[in-house]
Amino acid sequence: MNGLSGKAAIAGIGATEFSKNSGRSELRLAVEAALAALEDAGIDPAEVDGMSTYTMDNNPEIELFRNIGGRDLKFFSRIHYGGGAACAPIMHAAMAVATGVAQVVVCYRAMNERSQYRFGAAFTPNALPTAEIAHYGNYVPFGLASPASWIAMSAQRYMYEHGATSEDFGRIAVSFRDFAATNPKAWFYEQPITLEDHQASRWIVEPLHLFDCCQESDGAVAVVVTTAERARKLKQAPVVIRAAAQGACDDQQMMTSYYRPDLTSLSEMNLVARQLYGMAGIGPDDVQAAILYDHFSPFVLPQIEAFGFAKKGQAKDFVREGNIARGGRLPVNTNGGQLGEAYIHGLNGVAEGVRLVRGQSVNQPGECRNVIITAGTGVPTSGLILSYD
Amino acid sequence: MNEASDLYTQALAWLGKEATRPVEARDPVNVPMIRRWCEAIGEENPIYVDAEAAAAQGFPAPVCPPAMLEVWTMARFRHTGRAVEDSIPVLTLFDEAGYTGVVATNIEQEYDRYLLEGDRVSYTAIVDEVSPEKRTGLGIGHFVTIRYEFADQNGAPVGRMLFRVLKFKPKLAQPATAPAALDAPKHPRPAITHDNAHYWEGISRRELLIQKCSSCGHLRHPPGPGCPKCRSLDWVAVKASGRGTLYSFVTVHQPRIPGLQYPLPVLLVELEEGVRLIANGLDLPPEDIAIGMPLRLDWVEVEPGYVLPAFRPDAGEG
Repeated sequence: MNGLSGKAAIAGIGATEFSKNSGRSELRLAVEAALAALEDAGIDPAEVDGMSTYTMDNNPEIELFRNIGGRDLKFFSRIHYGGGAACAPIMHAAMAVATGVAQVVVCYRAMNERSQYRFGAAFTPNALPTAEIAHYGNYVPFGLASPASWIAMSAQRYMYEHGATSEDFGRIAVSFRDFAATNPKAWFYEQPITLEDHQASRWIVEPLHLFDCCQESDGAVAVVVTTAERARKLKQAPVVIRAAAQGACDDQQMMTSYYRPDLTSLSEMNLVARQLYGMAGIGPDDVQAAILYDHFSPFVLPQIEAFGFAKKGQAKDFVREGNIARGGRLPVNTNGGQLGEAYIHGLNGVAEGVRLVRGQSVNQPGECRNVIITAGTGVPTSGLILSYD
Repeated sequence: MNEASDLYTQALAWLGKEATRPVEARDPVNVPMIRRWCEAIGEENPIYVDAEAAAAQGFPAPVCPPAMLEVWTMARFRHTGRAVEDSIPVLTLFDEAGYTGVVATNIEQEYDRYLLEGDRVSYTAIVDEVSPEKRTGLGIGHFVTIRYEFADQNGAPVGRMLFRVLKFKPKLAQPATAPAALDAPKHPRPAITHDNAHYWEGISRRELLIQKCSSCGHLRHPPGPGCPKCRSLDWVAVKASGRGTLYSFVTVHQPRIPGLQYPLPVLLVELEEGVRLIANGLDLPPEDIAIGMPLRLDWVEVEPGYVLPAFRPDAGEG
C-alpha cells in the first residue's frame, strides 16, 4: 500500500444527457456536468479550487471555472494520450487533495464528438516535423489511419495466438448492449443486440465489425474529488479512491505498440493492474464488478487477463462462461459501456463505478465493495479501484 | 432553349443599342480637378496645371491629361451604390440571372485631341460586344464590352473608350466538381524530422533502411534518436534484405482516404532481421493472406515521385 490509498474520495458525479447532437457548446455541457456533480456532492461551486481533465478536452479549465463562478483555482492538470487519461484526472485530483494542494477538484470531460468532429474519421495530420506527428507517418500513408485500424492489428494477432474468434468479441458487445438496454441514460436504451446481429454488422476494419466499435457521442461527465475526511461529512456516502495508477511501458506507442515482443498483452495495463492491486492490498477475488474500457471490444479480453480474472489467452473462456454479463461472476460495464451507453472518453465509466459502489447503478449486481475501472487501451493508460469507506 | 442561352440571346439583343442614357459632364474641364488627379497618379508634367508651361508648348491654356477622358462624365458617388438612372440594363440582365459578380477586365481609350480648360464633355454608350459563356478562374460568366463615344460642347468627337467587364456567377454556384479538382486530395505523407529523414530518403531511393546502433549493434524501427538497449546516440543505417513474414494484418473498409483502394489490406511485416514495419500488400488477394506467410519487399509509386514499400508473397526462389 502506498500513501495515496484511501486518502481521497469521490463525493459527487454529474452528467448531461448522451446524444448524437447536443445542440449546445461543449463548454455549456462541461458547465452543466460540473454543476450537477457539485450539486450531487452538496458542495458550493465557489469551493472548487482544482480542476483536471484530458489534453484532448477543448474546454480550458479557466473557462469552465469562471462559468461555474469559481473563486481561487490552485491546481489544474491535464493528462495526455486520449482515452488513456480517463482515470488519471481522478488520480491527479486525489494526489492534490491528499497533499493539501487543493480541497475540491472537479474532473471533467465534455465533447460534441459526434456533432462537431469525429474521432472515427481518418486521421491525416498536416506533416509537422514533431515526434508526435512523425509517428503517424509510419501508419497513415498505408491507410492505417483510424483507432479501429490500429487496434485491429493487435486483435488479429490475439485471435491467431489464443484462438479467440469474432464471436468472442461479439459476446462482449452483446453483454454490454444488454446492460445498455436497461439503462434509460444509455443511447442504446431498449436496443439490445444478438450475436447474429453482431456477426451481420458491416466490417469497419477486419477483424472488427461495426458492433465491436464504440459510439461517437455528444455529452459531458464530471466527478468531484475531495479528501475522504471531508467526503464523510457530505451528502453522499463517500466512494473511496483505494488505488489509482498510470502506466506506459514495453516500447509503448500510441495505439501501435507493434514492436514489443508480445502483441497479445496490454503491457501498460498489466503495469497499472500490478500497481492498483499493490496499492489497494487486494486481488481479483476481492473485486465484485469492473468498468473495462471498451472503445473496441477485442481489448476487453487482455484487460480481463491483466487483472487476473483469467490466465493469459483464456479471457475468451471467461467471457464464454458468461462471467462478464448480467448475473455473472464479474459484471463488466453495467452502464452499457462505451459501446452501449455513450463514448465520453471513459469518464462515464468512472461515474458508473461510483454508482456501483454506492449501490445506485440501474443494473446493480449486488453489493460492490471494490470496483476496478480502466482507461483507454493500447495507449498509455490509467486505472482506479473504488471502494466502500 | 435552356436558361443560359436564353440569357445570352437576350443580351445579344442589346448589341448596337445605347447601354446607358447619354451623359453630360457635371463640371467643365478645370485645373483644380486636374491637379488632384495628377497628384493622385503621380503625374508631374507641368503643362497640365501651369498656364506658362502649357503656353511654352503652344497650348492656349493648361491641357487635360488624356487618360482623364472618362473622369468628367463619371456618375456621381453614392453611398448606397449606383442609382437606377445610372444603371446599365444589359448588365442588370446578368445580375437578375444570378451572374452577380463583376470585374473590369479591359479599358482601351483613343484620343482625338487634348481637352482644354473649359471644355464640357459628354458621351454616348453603345453595347459593343457580348461573349458566349466562358469558364474563368472567377466563375462562369460573359464578357460585356461597352463603347463610349466622347464629344465636346460642340458635338465634335474628342475620343472613345472600349470598356469590358466580366459578369460572372460567384464560385459557390459552380458545379462542385470544378473547385474539387483544384484541391484534389494527395496521398498522405509522413512528417520528416531529423530522426527519420534517412528512413524516408531511403524509401524514395527504393531502399528499406533499418537503424543499427553503432555501439551495441541493436536494430530498431521505427526510427528514433537513441538506442533503447545501450543509450547510445550513434547509429548507422543498414539495408534490409527485403525478406520477411506476415506477423499480423487488417483489412480496412472504413474510414476511407480518397485515392486509396478499398477494401485495403494493411500488413505488419516481421523482417528477417527481426524488426517489424507496416506496409501494404501487392498481388495479395484477401483470401490468401495468412499470418506467417513469407513475403518479399517491392515498391509502389503511389503518386509520381512518391514511393512506398509494399510486400508480395515470396515463393522462395531467387
